[in-house]
Amino acid sequence: MENIILKKTGSSGTIAIESYIAQGGYKGMERAVGDMTPRDIIDEIKSSGLRGRGGAGFPTGMKWQFASLDPKFPRYLVCNADEGEPGTFKDRPILEHNPHLLIEGMIISAYALQSSIGYIYLRGEYPHAKRVLETAIEEALARGYLGNDILSKHFRFNLTVHFGAGAYICGEETALIESLEGRRGQPRLKPPFPVNSGLWGKPTIVNNVETLANIPWIVSNGAKAYASIGVKECPGPKLFSVSGKVNKPGVYELPMGITLREIIYDHCGGIKGGRPLKGVIPGGISTPILSPESLDCPMDFVHLPKHGSMLGSGAVMVFDDTVCIVKVYERAMRFFEHESCGKCTPCREGTAWMRAILSRIEQGKCSENDLETLQDVAENIAGKTFCPLGDGAANVLLAAMKIYRDEFEYHIKNKRCKVNAA
Amino acid sequence: MTRHHALKDNEDTTPQVTEEKLRLLRNKIHYLMGLYPSYQGALLPSLYAAQEIFGYISPEAIGEVSNITGVSAAQIKGVACFYAMYKTKPMGRHIIQLCTNVACMIEGAEDLVAYLGEKYGLTPGGTTQDGRFSLVIMECIGACGTAPSMILDSDSYDNLTKDRLDTLLESYK
Ligand code: SF4
Repeated sequence: MENIILKKTGSSGTIAIESYIAQGGYKGMERAVGDMTPRDIIDEIKSSGLRGRGGAGFPTGMKWQFASLDPKFPRYLVCNADEGEPGTFKDRPILEHNPHLLIEGMIISAYALQSSIGYIYLRGEYPHAKRVLETAIEEALARGYLGNDILSKHFRFNLTVHFGAGAYICGEETALIESLEGRRGQPRLKPPFPVNSGLWGKPTIVNNVETLANIPWIVSNGAKAYASIGVKECPGPKLFSVSGKVNKPGVYELPMGITLREIIYDHCGGIKGGRPLKGVIPGGISTPILSPESLDCPMDFVHLPKHGSMLGSGAVMVFDDTVCIVKVYERAMRFFEHESCGKCTPCREGTAWMRAILSRIEQGKCSENDLETLQDVAENIAGKTFCPLGDGAANVLLAAMKIYRDEFEYHIKNKRCKVNAA
Repeated sequence: MTRHHALKDNEDTTPQVTEEKLRLLRNKIHYLMGLYPSYQGALLPSLYAAQEIFGYISPEAIGEVSNITGVSAAQIKGVACFYAMYKTKPMGRHIIQLCTNVACMIEGAEDLVAYLGEKYGLTPGGTTQDGRFSLVIMECIGACGTAPSMILDSDSYDNLTKDRLDTLLESYK
């Protein structure tokens, strides 16, 4: 498969606007703004079947259409570049090495949505990306690709990089909007949805970096070509960020629907030291872990739920038999506890409670019925929280406790780790 | 969210408030306010500006941000302590932000934390005696494929080992 998103990265470089243009960059934007109506673009994106790459997998064209039907102005376009899900680093190569691909995608999107103001909400942990993006925006401005009269077509779009400050919850779109407005990033009740009432009460479209990076190619090559990549219900390429015990961790652009087995063994060179595979988290730490039996499951929004997990951000974390699952989930729960925004009680208190029990188990200070308590607490949090953070925390733990039950029991019975004992 | 901000109060590391610095902050905030349709929208970047100029978000800076944006000081404090990357107490000259989340953990990040404690007397949330380094434990910095990793001031470093850590720290005086 020809690379669409990572194609232009690499040693020749696409950071500078000249080299991006030399490799065919900004052609999609010229075509869109020059020859197409906003309606044409929305229709094209709709028929491409593109689904949001941030985690939820909502059809992008449909989201755009909802926003475009709302008569309120201004409309805001926000790029969600707050990839804070542990295991995820897929957007980073775009942000640091191919900033113009994102900017081009945003200009086309802004034109389609008739939006004149855009923000890139960039996670605070990417200071280098901030420098790269700001330089790229200046370059685009100087060429007349951004600003008040783009390509002399009376189309206005200005873009600002907004630097996040280290809060995972701001990856959730309504929390991100609160944060952009200068408040604590706590999720808002939906409806109303941001497409109708987002930033400062105006229609706001929040799209992930990777989603926006697909737009120029779709506009240049057509929806039909795009829909022929990947699987029917989830077309297109997908970025997978692979970490953990594989020989070649990194970011891979592969067709949607590829199996975990192909990712791990064909592309990432298999498990380090040829050790046995113990488990895989397929889409970042808030997606349930899978046992090696699920290796042949296609990686997309439709098939993974059938195996009890989710595609999430496509962050594949691979564990071999040297990894203690109890320790992994104790650390994961520490994360959820830290990142709980505090708005609702089941999550705020529950994540701390689950973490405390897991710490006890991990340190061998547990009592016989701790596992039962843990199960009980998790079951009482799942499905009862305001946003997906608390729910996810409980569900990933329940999945791990189901698949690796013996490891939890060993810890409790022997007050030490099964992995280290082996 | 506040526990990562804990720091021993250290007179020597407290940056001085000068008229020059306050003027710098004011100019920056006025510029930022032009980028958002509401003054409060400029609050987060203004706090970053304050942190850059004063080394942390000092009471004087909060007062100044409040005067200009019209957001109350209490609200600003509430916002500042919600986000992990704002420092509300004075910090060391260089800030080590080390990730210990799952991908880094399984590649040995916790050993590095222990090493920083043994060799430099640096504990999570703490600052070295000489005020040179502060250590902040991070929740994933998006470098899981090259774990363990850290951000030192505003530079990222990957594939850390104890030796590499030593060499790197040497170059931050
Ligand atoms: S589930 Fe957690 S993160 Fe979400 S609103 Fe409730 S407290 Fe906040």
